[in-house]
Amino acid sequence: MATLLQGLGVASAFSASPSLDSKKLQLRSLSGRKAGIYVVRSDASLNLHTGAPKAGRLITNAVVAKGDSSAASTSSKPGHELLLFEALREGLEEEMERDPTVCVMGEDVGHYGGSYKVTKDLANKFGDLRVLDTPIAENSFTGMGIGAAMTGLRTVVEGMNMGFLLLAFDQISNNCGMLHYTSGGQFKIPIVIRGPGGVGRQLGAEHSQRLESYFQSIPGIQMVACSTPYNAKGLMKAAIRSKNPVILFEHVLLYNLKERIPDEEYVLSLEESEMVRPGEHVTILTYSRMRYHVMHAAKTLVNKGYDPEVIDIRSLKPFDLHTIGNSIKKTHRVLIVEECMRTGGIGASLTAAINENFHDYLDAPVVCLSSQDVPTPYAGPLEEWTVVQPAQIVTAVEKLCQ
Amino acid sequence: MAVSRLASSSSSSGSSLVKPISAALSFTSSLRRSLSSSADDSTTLTIETSLPFTSHNCDPPSRAVETSPKELMSFFREMALMRRMEIAADSLYKAKLIRGFCHLYDGQEAVAVGMEAAITKKDCIITAYRDHCTFLGRGGTLLEVFAELMGRQAGCSKGKGGSMHFYKKENGFYGGHGIVGAQIPLGCGLAFAQKYSKDETVTFASYGDGAANQGQLFEALNMAALWDLPAILVCENNHYGMGTAEWRAAKSPAYYKRGDYVPGLKVDGMDVLAVKQACKFAKEYALKNGPLILEMDTYRYHGHSMSDPGSTYRTRDEISGVRQERDPVERVRKLLTSHDIASEKELKDIEKEIRKAVDEAIAQAKESPMPEPSELFTNVYVKGYGVEMVGDRGATFQDGVTFLPKIYSRHL
Repeated sequence: MATLLQGLGVASAFSASPSLDSKKLQLRSLSGRKAGIYVVRSDASLNLHTGAPKAGRLITNAVVAKGDSSAASTSSKPGHELLLFEALREGLEEEMERDPTVCVMGEDVGHYGGSYKVTKDLANKFGDLRVLDTPIAENSFTGMGIGAAMTGLRTVVEGMNMGFLLLAFDQISNNCGMLHYTSGGQFKIPIVIRGPGGVGRQLGAEHSQRLESYFQSIPGIQMVACSTPYNAKGLMKAAIRSKNPVILFEHVLLYNLKERIPDEEYVLSLEESEMVRPGEHVTILTYSRMRYHVMHAAKTLVNKGYDPEVIDIRSLKPFDLHTIGNSIKKTHRVLIVEECMRTGGIGASLTAAINENFHDYLDAPVVCLSSQDVPTPYAGPLEEWTVVQPAQIVTAVEKLCQ
Repeated sequence: MAVSRLASSSSSSGSSLVKPISAALSFTSSLRRSLSSSADDSTTLTIETSLPFTSHNCDPPSRAVETSPKELMSFFREMALMRRMEIAADSLYKAKLIRGFCHLYDGQEAVAVGMEAAITKKDCIITAYRDHCTFLGRGGTLLEVFAELMGRQAGCSKGKGGSMHFYKKENGFYGGHGIVGAQIPLGCGLAFAQKYSKDETVTFASYGDGAANQGQLFEALNMAALWDLPAILVCENNHYGMGTAEWRAAKSPAYYKRGDYVPGLKVDGMDVLAVKQACKFAKEYALKNGPLILEMDTYRYHGHSMSDPGSTYRTRDEISGVRQERDPVERVRKLLTSHDIASEKELKDIEKEIRKAVDEAIAQAKESPMPEPSELFTNVYVKGYGVEMVGDRGATFQDGVTFLPKIYSRHL
């Protein structure tokens, strides 16, 4: 278990290759799209694309569905390959082994192994008390997790879907976020609240919510969003070790992403963002699933001669304005691509923060592509149109760079 | 009406007075006679509670409570102190030195004091916003109370919490919570941690009759019962949820029965000895069997808070009636004088001392400064976050925006 000193440069080297791998796999899944599709832009205007090449096609499968090992893995490379949910489990397991005060509670995390298999087999290994199956009572088991954290236990509370945590909003806002402050520093709440959110595959409106926008104003909490197996494991470990309450946002569609991660132990920083692709022309800020849409669009953009700089902001609260600022000082143009709603989302806050701090460095207004302000519909095509598609990203960059 | 079986005591004259002991000798356990002076803690008194306990799904504890003159004196002192503190807070609020919400506990002192007598500082207490006296019972000082109420630096939460956010972690007092009912799941979490660490300690999670209708109480109770957590849920039933009487808010105001599969005990919350007995019983029970509900039948003289006159939904006769018949401090005073443990004059002197101590604490608190402006930003996060940050410059605040340093992450 050697420790790794991760410099930012090293981290980006690690992150660059897996995203390219997953991009290769994404392209493979494209097949037989018909021409002439309506693309609903994020500003709610309709455009008809007729027979346009790759740029006009709606990418419905911009993430890897199943792990495809043929392209990526070779036995001579160091590290081991796993899927994102396995990376989360590895991080959780390592922390539970290391520290006996780490415990998990949530619905179906124990005997069932977790509804997304993140806690599979952990109950067998650590026992029922440390991997606790709770009844369906989000408000009170989140409160219980916070109460236990007040005494020093490091609880990991799993929301089966982030949307269910709306029931626990009072506990998260008042007790989790504020107790350290209102007690004058007496209580630390080293809790991790994690779960999948975001728009999935036709899960319906209530199960496709983006809670990061609702939680972002709560003082005293940190929010991070993972997007690759590498950063999922690193952020999980960092979140558990943090003395502050951390909300870790996972995404339903990213659980089966495959990547090769180091064998050695590593922990990432909760406040840092990830440089996915350095560039010169435009800064694209994104997180979670939209990273893959952006990278897909980046491939198109590169072919067209643009050089986008893609940053996965990872830390949703607080924003890593240092990295973002340096990027803006270089490129002078910003595009934010997110899955949050247009109104009051992470992108809205980030736009405000960038305008406040880096206004002088901007050559064009900040463009923010977000999901539509609608409940996520069930029908497939409608659901696709609620989130930002790579084609829209390409168009936005072209417009921005004129 | 406390019926006492006297073991022994002596007046200041030194001779022992033996009062006739009736045939119900079975109540008295360890009787010792001695020619010791009053307030000697080697004597044991056994006093019967004014009302029997009513139980639900369990055997109630005995009505006979063992105590000592020393303990009774301490009960008097603590309750009188709490009473005086709350009345002083009332005046400070009217003088606009305390702002916002101020929920006073006078009338309910017996619950806080009786509970303390039955447990240790390793056990946890968590309660709602009517927390001044519980905080004092848990080892808080008058200065910390008044300074916090006035928002000064010397306050227990550095002036940043206010009346509803008193905490004392090292003495097992977990607050101090403003949202009705939210402290109950927290309390079950404390009990969970106690079970996890095998501490052999318990948690008392207090709530009011208004909060008894919160869903999260039943959620938490279900989990506590499922996992046998050492949690004792204490319903401080003062019969009014802010302005709504209990019979108007609850279909079943028998709060001790609401646990259904969880046993419950109804206790006369104005009788400090009954509270002590019930809490002692509850602690033993919870360590062995899991959660228990205690309903303390108590009363608050003030309104819900300082903004509530407290007389629009109840009559002044009711308030003064309770004050005459059931006041907890008066009860202990009568016990002390009737058992010749202390004379009226001694008790009045103690009250004078208390008044002086409270006035001094208020004066000291008034001298404590307001928090520095930089305190606005402290304690939002725990310093150092998760991973150790090694960088060429630390985090800076510039016009309210955090700039984080260029860092290397290194795990701890």
